[in-house]
Amino acid sequence: MTSTVTKTATRAEVCAVACADAFRGNGEVLASAFGTIPAIGVRLARHTFEPDLMISDGEAQLLRGTWPVGAPAVGEVEAWVPFRTIFDLVWHGKRHVMMIPSQVDGFGNANISAIGDYHRPKVQLLGVRGAPGNSVSHPTSYWVPKHSVRVFVSKVDMVAGVGNDRAVGAARRYHDLRRVVTNLAVLDYADDGSLRLASVHPGVTVDEVLAATGFPLTVEGDVPTSRLPTDDELQLIREVLDPDSLRDREVPS
Amino acid sequence: MADKRMTGTDVVGRLRSGMTLGIGGWGSRRKPMALVREILRSDLTDLTVVSYGGPDVGLLCAAGKVRKVVFGFVSLDSIALDPHFRAARQAGAVEVAEYDEGMLQWGLYAAAVKLPFLPTRAGLGSDVVTYNPHLRTVSDPYDGEELLAMPALHLDAAIVHMNRADLHGNAQFLGPDPYFDDLYCLAAEQAFVSCERIVPTAELTRTAHPATLKINRMMVTGVVEAPGGAHFTSCVPDYERDEDFQRAYVTAAADPGTWQEFADRYLTGPDAQWPAVRQEIPA
Repeated sequence: MTSTVTKTATRAEVCAVACADAFRGNGEVLASAFGTIPAIGVRLARHTFEPDLMISDGEAQLLRGTWPVGAPAVGEVEAWVPFRTIFDLVWHGKRHVMMIPSQVDGFGNANISAIGDYHRPKVQLLGVRGAPGNSVSHPTSYWVPKHSVRVFVSKVDMVAGVGNDRAVGAARRYHDLRRVVTNLAVLDYADDGSLRLASVHPGVTVDEVLAATGFPLTVEGDVPTSRLPTDDELQLIREVLDPDSLRDREVPS
Repeated sequence: MADKRMTGTDVVGRLRSGMTLGIGGWGSRRKPMALVREILRSDLTDLTVVSYGGPDVGLLCAAGKVRKVVFGFVSLDSIALDPHFRAARQAGAVEVAEYDEGMLQWGLYAAAVKLPFLPTRAGLGSDVVTYNPHLRTVSDPYDGEELLAMPALHLDAAIVHMNRADLHGNAQFLGPDPYFDDLYCLAAEQAFVSCERIVPTAELTRTAHPATLKINRMMVTGVVEAPGGAHFTSCVPDYERDEDFQRAYVTAAADPGTWQEFADRYLTGPDAQWPAVRQEIPA
């Protein structure tokens, strides 16, 4: 790809490459991404630095190729993966999922089930889906499009995805929380299992992130700034992966 | 060989209030909607519903047919949440047993192969065990690792919708995913298959691979020919999800008055008529 102008990346585009980077070095695994920007991220990763990733068409096939978000998947079919096979792959472990939690606590416990009293929730969400099994079986990351104290809470109402403090015994063996990418920052986990501020996106201060987080986020030393997309990555995002700018609806500029 | 053809009314006649009912499909995909509507029109009540849930769960909750939902999620796919299930939960109107979706498969599989439980890691460490206090762990006799023992999910009856079947109960999926419908049938005392078309046995594999015959007659109690029987959920390659009608379903659910109109017109009124499939895919 050629690029002749210096491009200025939007926040959504910074998030997209941060999501892509979460899959760096993953190799030949199923890369499952929920949300627009994570979907851009895994496709960008595969198209550029992580070519062995395997990606679903959203139904029951794994496809090669690179197709835009919000459009039907197009590419060579390389596998048939009905849900039953996906479940096998989940427990087998060759998968890295990026899910969208409604609540996350300081050790990466994640809730996608229900808000409020479990027996009579204030808000019923999807249900735990595969989060309990995912989080104790294979690498798990999260995407939070709106970083706020509503999402980052001191205690989640229902633990669907298992956090570091609760992963003990057989739940620990393959438990592997990787990153939380948000519209403000990238988080990873400190040695004690607590969520740690890994980088802040350009234009965001550490204090802003701390103020939008409902528990003490671990901060170690100087916090770096999240990287910008390269010009080639920007061109790929804008012209191929998301020509309709759906990413801006998820993270407005 | 037995001719297992029956009507939806026959199916409902074999069900009883208080039963545990498994419903095949996934989310808003290949749900046995015609049979669900038969249940809505019946006096059945107090059901325990086991489902990878979609509008089947929503409709049964809205009609007050459900005591308990055994689920991993309830979703309409293109619309994230089912409004009736959400309302029922938020009103505390239904009991739940919420499992990881792989645990649900394990429970059905255990029932299918007559095991009391199957071990798994899924659920450990999560609040699935907190809110299902009946769950127990089991020690690996070889290695000592403590795993969750997912109990068998025995079903009194199962209802599934397939693309084709013969009159004996051999049934075929032609879409991308068989989901877990064969497990529902094996886990159930009685299994009822509705289908788009009943065809001669030889027709089933004339152009399709035999691997599409995941459900065979020894697993099936009755077969109901119900063209459009999954509508408004998808039943590819016969038809896609009717997104317009699904939106109308969700919109109507927002208010008791509009829902009553919807129910009268499409579900339980004296002249109720469910709409025809509108997006048939040409053969």
